[in-house]
Amino acid sequence: MTARRRLLLVAQGAAVGLVVLLFALLLWKLVDDAGGGLAKAAARGERPSAPAFTLERLDDAGELSLASLRGKVVVLNFWASWCIPCKEEAPYLEQVWRENRDRGLVVVGLDAKDFRRDARSFVRRFDLTFPVVYDGPGKTLTGYGVTGFPETFVIDREGRVVEAFVGAVNSDDDRARLRAAIETALQS
Amino acid sequence: MNGRLASALVVFVGLLVAVPAARAADPPNAADLEAELVCPVCETTLDQSNAPVAVRMKAFIRERIAAGDSERDIKDALVAEFGAGVLATPGKSGFGLLAWVIPLAALAVSAVALALLIRGWSGRREPPPPAEPAVEPELEHRLDEELARFDA
Repeated sequence: MTARRRLLLVAQGAAVGLVVLLFALLLWKLVDDAGGGLAKAAARGERPSAPAFTLERLDDAGELSLASLRGKVVVLNFWASWCIPCKEEAPYLEQVWRENRDRGLVVVGLDAKDFRRDARSFVRRFDLTFPVVYDGPGKTLTGYGVTGFPETFVIDREGRVVEAFVGAVNSDDDRARLRAAIETALQS
Repeated sequence: MNGRLASALVVFVGLLVAVPAARAADPPNAADLEAELVCPVCETTLDQSNAPVAVRMKAFIRERIAAGDSERDIKDALVAEFGAGVLATPGKSGFGLLAWVIPLAALAVSAVALALLIRGWSGRREPPPPAEPAVEPELEHRLDEELARFDA
């Protein structure tokens, strides 16, 4: 076999390999795309692990990691200052936090795709006293399958998602479901 | 003639340097920036989006232009809030550099592959004609005798 022929074969092999690699990436993206997977799993009665994060705090100095809250029930609320339903929901989450913080529950606000300055104004405007973390690029959204704001996840003491709410927890039904999920998580 | 050519070259190079420098000194244009930045929610450029966060970002750009910030300052501030994904064109360092290097590398590899292919095609010549069969010694001897007789 001549050197030229060998070179041609190597080039052909590399081209085929590249096509296979791109196809595998496409398949991986299709299969791996969470797209509300956590919410669906929680709705089926499963308790999927809540994806870990460590993010800058907006209400205080330093960072807050989800792992540091292990042993507590976490109500994780994804929001943004420009989101209108978030404005209706925020006072209710503050009420839930105040009523349950002595029972081992913590509400965590996760502000994403937003300006820090606007998020801080939102916190002041609604007098929010629970911890608020900031994820401007929205890197945590994919892991949780968040596609819009607000979304809320109730996470038990072992870091597993008990219940998920896509959209604001503003109706009486949703609020009753949130309280039931909190009780389930607190008792487990 | 050479003097004129040299002068023209100096003027041309001077313009090449001066025009971008003059543009850099101008205040940034909001419409240009909106075409170069991406709305983090809808993933289109800001000038194509009316999403609430895009409207807020457009207001931020105008605030910063009024405050005297440069184009670089404004982009850096938005990247600090929303990450590098807010830039419509990838950065020229780190991972973003790949977006610039890969097409150029692909072009170079394609050029080399094409050159090899063309060389391969031009190297294919007509096969050489088959060598004439050797004449048997006895026949050659007889032929020499015949020719000698003919010459005589």
